[in-house]
Amino acid sequence: MGENTMRDSETPQMGSATKTLGIIGAVVAAFYVVIFALSPKPITFPSPVPEFAPDATLFDKVSGWITGLVFYGPSANGEYTIRIVVIWLITAAIFFTIWLGFINVRGFKHAIDLVRGKYSDPNDAGEVSHFQALATAVSGTVGLGNIAGVAIAIAIGGPGATFWMIVAGFLGMSLKAAECMLGVKYRQEHADGTVSGGPMYYLRDAVKDLGKPGLGKGLAAFFAVCMIGGAVGGGNMFQSNQATAQIVSQVGGEESFLGRNTWIMGLLFAAAVGAVIIGGIKSIAKVTEKIVPFMAILYLGACLIVLLGNFGEVPAAFGAILDGAFTGEGAAGGVIGALIVGFQRAAFSNEAGLGSASVAHSAVRTKEPATEGFVASLEPFIDTIVICTMTALTIIITKAYLDPAASELGGVALTSNAFASVLPWFPKVLAVAVVLFAFSTMISWSYYGMKATGYLFGDNPLAENVFKVIFLGFTVLGSIASLGSVIDFSDSMIFMMSIPNLIGLYLLRNVIRREFSHYRARLASGEIKEFADRH
Amino acid sequence: MDTIVVGVDNSEASTRAAEFAVDRAQKNHWKIVLVHVIPWTPFSFQTASENEHRHRERQRELEAATEQVIAPMVEICERGGVPHEEIVRHGKASETLLDISAESGAVHIIVGRTGDSGLRDAVFGSVANRLAQHASVPVTVVP
Repeated sequence: MGENTMRDSETPQMGSATKTLGIIGAVVAAFYVVIFALSPKPITFPSPVPEFAPDATLFDKVSGWITGLVFYGPSANGEYTIRIVVIWLITAAIFFTIWLGFINVRGFKHAIDLVRGKYSDPNDAGEVSHFQALATAVSGTVGLGNIAGVAIAIAIGGPGATFWMIVAGFLGMSLKAAECMLGVKYRQEHADGTVSGGPMYYLRDAVKDLGKPGLGKGLAAFFAVCMIGGAVGGGNMFQSNQATAQIVSQVGGEESFLGRNTWIMGLLFAAAVGAVIIGGIKSIAKVTEKIVPFMAILYLGACLIVLLGNFGEVPAAFGAILDGAFTGEGAAGGVIGALIVGFQRAAFSNEAGLGSASVAHSAVRTKEPATEGFVASLEPFIDTIVICTMTALTIIITKAYLDPAASELGGVALTSNAFASVLPWFPKVLAVAVVLFAFSTMISWSYYGMKATGYLFGDNPLAENVFKVIFLGFTVLGSIASLGSVIDFSDSMIFMMSIPNLIGLYLLRNVIRREFSHYRARLASGEIKEFADRH
Repeated sequence: MDTIVVGVDNSEASTRAAEFAVDRAQKNHWKIVLVHVIPWTPFSFQTASENEHRHRERQRELEAATEQVIAPMVEICERGGVPHEEIVRHGKASETLLDISAESGAVHIIVGRTGDSGLRDAVFGSVANRLAQHASVPVTVVP
């Protein structure tokens, strides 16, 4: 790219950039006004100082402080918290949706064409394809969020939460596009031909290019630390905990032998994960990678059976979703509850803005980083808009959420009940699906955590191996007990990743926009061509 | 000078196909494009660490194919004194052979008949069968 073309493509944007920023500011401000105006009074601002039991350990205190700060937010009607970190994610999603000119809508068809390989140069055959990068990243995010999270959202926020979840997924597409494009653009190729990418690298290198090397390094290191914490916790302990609970619920409950000795499940999980990440037994990972898409299809198939079996009620379900989204009738907390819960669950499920998927996407070898951005935007679409919506419709149609015990049942159990009312045998399959989803999420996050460790310790093999052993230790721990403060802590670490990551994205907004608009211009002019259709 | 595409792997049949091609090329003044296709699909599922190493793996596969499959065939061409070119690519054998023959403007495609995987061929169709059905130039299958 010559200097002139750069200047040409930048100059006319300067005016429009200011205008766009103005529009974004207005939209975001309107969003906050709506949230607070619609909110049932009173909104209270709880004290951010956590309270501790007299016997709280140092860890409990540290964890309590971090969790309290990350998940702090004003409480509406005393029922649900408008978490600031969710607002932070959604604001960024709104920002980049407008900033990139609704890339989530306008780039959708192109993204599908890229995944289908229409633009893949046959001479590059044999490299990681767009499809593979997308599938790898999706298998890391599809999981409990899609099964349990949706149920929680509807139990608390009513059917309307689904609508806001879809909106949040839709906005998250742009955010995902931005972070995954940067992941490819600033990835590192090592001497041995392997590649590493993700927020650590773009925070360090791209922010340095802006003339702020110290800030870049600091953000990158902060991100890496959070990603290790998130990997050990939400990506590992939480998964083994939930998977164990599922198995126990299907083989005799808490009073059974397994229910009293959950560490056995923990050890089994650790052995299976360890075989893949330490023993290098690829076959296990291979099998999961193949089974996860199969389970996802099976899961969607079961949703379809339930929906088709109650076809007449589908319009009413959509009616309930729309109704709940704007009037809040039937939902415990009204519109604001539906909105907040929906947004929150979408953010938990598709990970847009956290930067994790950017690590998985950066392995793709393309001359155009923008292409991976388009492809990555499909991820929240698949995860939130397709899979979560199917789950939601199933729960709404079967009226499982109207069960008075719904909010106590928790996530998976509620979804399980919804299916059981039409397909009595499905809870067993669902338990298998949950275990496999949890396993593939653990494998994905062990990789993310290892890359973060590698980044912090200069790809020192010893450090990476130490990380793997610690990771497995936490797999066992996760299965044993609820360990509330540890789970809270790890959850907050995952969301903390969004702080350095989004600061970086805002700083790099011009780089991001230039990359996409330049690519789009060349696509429109025919400079970037489709390769001939296959036979 | 016309170009022909010869699809090769490391089988006996490939050697026979290459010898046959060289023989015809000498008589017809053809240029031979030796093609080896490493089976690969962009739609498989891979783990993140496999993706990370994929580029290096690909290079290794290309080098191994060039050394083990292409080199002996090049020798056959050189012994026959026929102009030749080599291509190693990842993909589905039949599609890739057709793509390359179209790209190079080939007038003829020659492949060997391995015939050793009866069941798989019966289900998926052999490379030779697919070529014969889809190619727009004559295809010779050397037994």
